[in-house]
Amino acid sequence: MNKLKQLLYSDKVAAIVFLAPALFFFGLYMIAPIPMSVYYSLHNWSGIGQRVYIGLRNWAELLKDPIFWLSFRNNLKLVVVSIGTQLPIALLLAVFLSSKKTRFASLFKTIYFIPLLFSSVAIGVMWLYIYDTNFGLVNSFLRYIGKFAWIRDWLGDPKTALYAVMMAINWRFIPFYMILFLAAIVAIPEELFEAAMIDGARGLQIFRHVTLPMLRPTIINAAVLSLVGALKFFDIIFAMTGGGPNHASELMATYMYKRSFKDFRMGYGSTVAVAIFLIAMVLSLAFLRLTRRSSKAD
Amino acid sequence: MRILQNIVKYALALFWLFVTGFPFAFIFLSSMKGMMEYFTTSVWALPQQFQFGNYVQVIQAGFHRYFINSLIVTIVAVFIVAMSASMAANVIARFKFKFGKWVYTLFLAGMMIPIHVTLIPVYNMTRHLGLYDSLAGLVGPYVAYSLPVSIFIFVGFIQDVPVELEEAALVDGANRYQIYWHVILPVIKPAISTVVIYNMVMLWNEFIYALVLLSSPSKWILTLGLWNFRGEYGIHFPLVMAGLVLSVLPLIIAYVFFHEQIIKGMTAGSVKG
Repeated sequence: MNKLKQLLYSDKVAAIVFLAPALFFFGLYMIAPIPMSVYYSLHNWSGIGQRVYIGLRNWAELLKDPIFWLSFRNNLKLVVVSIGTQLPIALLLAVFLSSKKTRFASLFKTIYFIPLLFSSVAIGVMWLYIYDTNFGLVNSFLRYIGKFAWIRDWLGDPKTALYAVMMAINWRFIPFYMILFLAAIVAIPEELFEAAMIDGARGLQIFRHVTLPMLRPTIINAAVLSLVGALKFFDIIFAMTGGGPNHASELMATYMYKRSFKDFRMGYGSTVAVAIFLIAMVLSLAFLRLTRRSSKAD
Repeated sequence: MRILQNIVKYALALFWLFVTGFPFAFIFLSSMKGMMEYFTTSVWALPQQFQFGNYVQVIQAGFHRYFINSLIVTIVAVFIVAMSASMAANVIARFKFKFGKWVYTLFLAGMMIPIHVTLIPVYNMTRHLGLYDSLAGLVGPYVAYSLPVSIFIFVGFIQDVPVELEEAALVDGANRYQIYWHVILPVIKPAISTVVIYNMVMLWNEFIYALVLLSSPSKWILTLGLWNFRGEYGIHFPLVMAGLVLSVLPLIIAYVFFHEQIIKGMTAGSVKG
């Protein structure tokens, strides 16, 4: 009995006991599904009946699937727009909020934060009404200023659907990066700014020579988050257009969902899912490599 | 020159205030209009009279059910997350095993896993476990999804706690379990509140797993309920907007009281790239 007690109280057993619950949930629901998805991707399977092994046929189909590649290109557009607009605007807002000279900074900050409280479904539904052809905010504003030629079905027009949805995505994510940058700016030691002031640096110069270099790691992190986030993006687009019209705003993830849970081609859906995983991993590793190299070159 | 600069600066700041604040104001005001009123008057007009009929109708349509379901799932999941993550963090931060570092790396890498790669296996597993279309089926994925950030927050916090506290307890003959319960847990209370509040906000807004793992309306959580509500009543704009406001309201109230913890959680999750 004593031996058992001793064993139970040993560090090794205690470590296992402490780690077990977290590893159980994480292993079962996050880690194990990855090889399982790879396994399913080698099968023809409706999700309920028999799984039929078909080797790499799903993968061959994926390589030739024009809709998958269209959605991949849409994801790349989303990456470019996300990194190119969200990060700069967020940085600008963070600098504005962090400046001691800014009046009502906490009021601005509180309201700027609002989009982060909305679920993606709520954001999707809200923007559907903003874009509504007849009774939406955008078109009634255009009517008001007399630009009748610009009025259109923003989400129903293949030319504008993707970009219209991106506006909603930006609306949601700019505050997020703003909060990140703000936390990083506040953490910069005050002496650095003071020293720069003494050297005669002002506004923009301080930003270029103190704030920006100090924020470099945060900016790189934000860019990686934004990259991965845009590659696996799903919910706001799903809620607003479902990937339509005619796949104009299709993303890899919405396509994966449709193939799996609408057409019940779970084998092929798994193939798309694994492809998303691989693409996100390869691109983010490549991006990190690239930024590491350029920081060594500095 | 200075004045001009300031004018431009505040004009831009006010513009952004409008961009973030106005859509919500639009939804909120429209939610008090009658359906005919919404379609016949200008979108920009204030409601003729502030009436809450839409809210009553939304609640009668079953929103209270979704609300309770969301509450149950988030509370159960967040409780399990707070316990299991703090226990795991205790090992990672304090035990001298190489294994702990490995586990930590695994969890941190988990932050980058696209959820879609887990979707079909989780769906399949949930069916086999007999948990499909039940609130219990959501708990597992929600816990797993919340663990990495939570463990990250706890590890950072425990590492800042002086070891002397535990060493004193060890000298007094306490074992690892007693130390966790009587020493670690009480000192990491602030981290617990961050983990609890941040994860409640994140899970309250979760949608994909709910979409895939639930089917009957009596089991829907708020996001799924709102989504289906729009599908059903989409044309009745003010009504759906009332549902939308109701779904966001708890978070706005939470933000008023707990913005510090929410922001901490959001920034913590992204410090590590």
